[in-house]
Amino acid sequence: MFKALFHAIERRPFWFGGAIFALIVIGGIVEVIPSFFENSRPIQGEQPYTALQLTGRQVYIQESCNACHSQLIRPFKAETDRYGAFSKSGEYAYDRPFLWGSKRTGPDLLRVGNYRTTDWHEAHFERSSSVSPGTNMPNFPWLFEEPADLETAFAEMLTVKQVYNVPYDQPGQPPLGDLEQMKQNALREAEPIVAAMKSRQVKEAFAQGEIKQVVALIAYLNSLK
Amino acid sequence: MSQTVPNEYDYSVAKGFVLSALVWGVVGMSVGLWIALELAFPVLNFDLPYLSFNRLRPIHTNAVIYGFTLSGIFSTWYYVSQRVLRVPMVLPGLAKFHLVIYNLLLALGALSLFLGVTSSKEYAELQWPLDILVVVMWLTWGAHIFAMVGARREKTLYVSIWYYMASFLGVGMLYLFNNFAIPTRLIAGTGSWLHAVSGYAGTNDANVQWWFGHNAVAFVLTVPIIAMAYYFIPKQVNQPVYSYKLSLWSFWGLIFLYLWAGPHHLLYSTVPDWVQTLGMLFSIVLILPSWGSMINMMMTVKGKWEQLKTDPVLKFLVVGSTFYGFATLEGSTQAIKSVNALAHFTDWIVGHVHNGALGWVAFTIIAAIYHMVPRMWKTELHSIKLATTQFWVQSLGIVFYFSSMWVAGITQGMMWRATDQYGNLAYSFLDTVRALYPYWAMRGIGGALFLGGFVLFVYNIVKTINSAPKAAMATVAEPLSA
Repeated sequence: MFKALFHAIERRPFWFGGAIFALIVIGGIVEVIPSFFENSRPIQGEQPYTALQLTGRQVYIQESCNACHSQLIRPFKAETDRYGAFSKSGEYAYDRPFLWGSKRTGPDLLRVGNYRTTDWHEAHFERSSSVSPGTNMPNFPWLFEEPADLETAFAEMLTVKQVYNVPYDQPGQPPLGDLEQMKQNALREAEPIVAAMKSRQVKEAFAQGEIKQVVALIAYLNSLK
Repeated sequence: MSQTVPNEYDYSVAKGFVLSALVWGVVGMSVGLWIALELAFPVLNFDLPYLSFNRLRPIHTNAVIYGFTLSGIFSTWYYVSQRVLRVPMVLPGLAKFHLVIYNLLLALGALSLFLGVTSSKEYAELQWPLDILVVVMWLTWGAHIFAMVGARREKTLYVSIWYYMASFLGVGMLYLFNNFAIPTRLIAGTGSWLHAVSGYAGTNDANVQWWFGHNAVAFVLTVPIIAMAYYFIPKQVNQPVYSYKLSLWSFWGLIFLYLWAGPHHLLYSTVPDWVQTLGMLFSIVLILPSWGSMINMMMTVKGKWEQLKTDPVLKFLVVGSTFYGFATLEGSTQAIKSVNALAHFTDWIVGHVHNGALGWVAFTIIAAIYHMVPRMWKTELHSIKLATTQFWVQSLGIVFYFSSMWVAGITQGMMWRATDQYGNLAYSFLDTVRALYPYWAMRGIGGALFLGGFVLFVYNIVKTINSAPKAAMATVAEPLSA
């Protein structure tokens, strides 16, 4: 019976294509859809990224940090001892895109905010081997020169607020407001980070009201807990 | 399938794609070698954004998968389809447009990745304006597939055609869903025009991404390569495919099962356990259609094994099929949860990918180009000896590659979990990095050998093309300008 069926279908290319398509969609439907809404519920206390944190997250993506660093702690003792509590689905509810990575050339960063500080990150980005002897992580001097792109971060925040109902501006949640207010919020967040840094370039720019990419990136990393 | 067709075949686009396979192959593999050396010798990052590992890594993967491999796939499509469908080229203008837009897309893609414009999703890094261009490019190919199939003179579709069709449909579906994103500029009216935010969040985004990511492997790096194997192996040994029945079951089994295997990239993650278990089980069952195809390819050579001694093209095809069997066995093994607990996030995975990409994909494409070029340019291969040398150099390169990555990956995995007598972690993360430098250097040697062999290949092909009779040369000038 199968032979006759296949033989018939082999001579009818559009049916053939239809049969292929019918078979290939099933896996995705079964595995992605049933838990779709459950997966995207934020865990209690989980908040969306603030203005500067989201700006820094975009820097993280721009530099493909996820090519070498994971953000996924698996439920093994060796991992929880090294990196902290294992991952819960609701912790990622505001992560668009997800940044779990697939390779640990460097360590996991999901909770790096618990055990690294602003000055450590600054030294590490400037010259990684100064704080991690033997590392093969590149240095990132250009992050101290390039200004952070607050407009694009604002656009993303507004988009997720409007399209996906991310709760910006709600009681107990991070503020967004308009572009000017968002920039003011980012400057306020940047202040303690810049104060904890040594780079004159970063400090001078900040005095002029400019936030360098490295400041935003550190704000993001510090928020990972 | 070897009956003569009254019309002359039109190889202009197939030739263009052969040349772009050579160019993107050299680009992608050179970047690959460079970043491999950066891991061993971090000074090579030179503190410059455009030379540092993080920006170059997606350029490497995109250039070898979507540059070299897709060029190989498209060139064989434009060559094989005319022959097995027994119809001269239809819509030659569309096909030329395909060649041009494809190369333009790759150039723009590489540029955008240099600049750090990326969605961060592996093998789907390009941002939305380029995604739209990808869809246009892909539909152009699909239109050509269905136009050729519609116009065919051979009623029954040959096995290779099944696989090309499945590749078109599979990648089309996966790409559309995974790249669903909202351009932020269109909503907010400010910020970068290139930025978009993913349609899925967190765990769902991961689930969709690896449903895509794993099956991009299926429908770019497996399915159309099997299409090539089913055409070029029988042609090269001049006898039919071993078993029609085996090809049939392997085909339908493969395309059905593959789509379920994605969650093996997400074992022990926050994706629901039942999804992980399902992904693992399907990954294990996937060995059946994979080995079905592999056995079918090998058995097609039955009775012709002595040809291996003298024919480098057959060497590439047979070792390619062997690596297919080997890489799929390795993949199914790594998908077992307890194995994955050790292997995930390590260089063992990188080694596995390259077994497939170098041993199976690149070798099969190289064989296909060696088979096609003398026939398309109506000449003889420049040097069989050089091709044989290339085969051995590249094979040695692969051995260096996977052996060093096995040791590196397992060392890494074992060191991460090692504890001292009190149950405390025995090594800091940096200890585990420092332990791997010798293996990363060895992998660099493997990569250098493979790239070196590829340069010999390019030389051999260019010399072959240059030896072509003058009239055949004229047709190539135009697509090259892309």
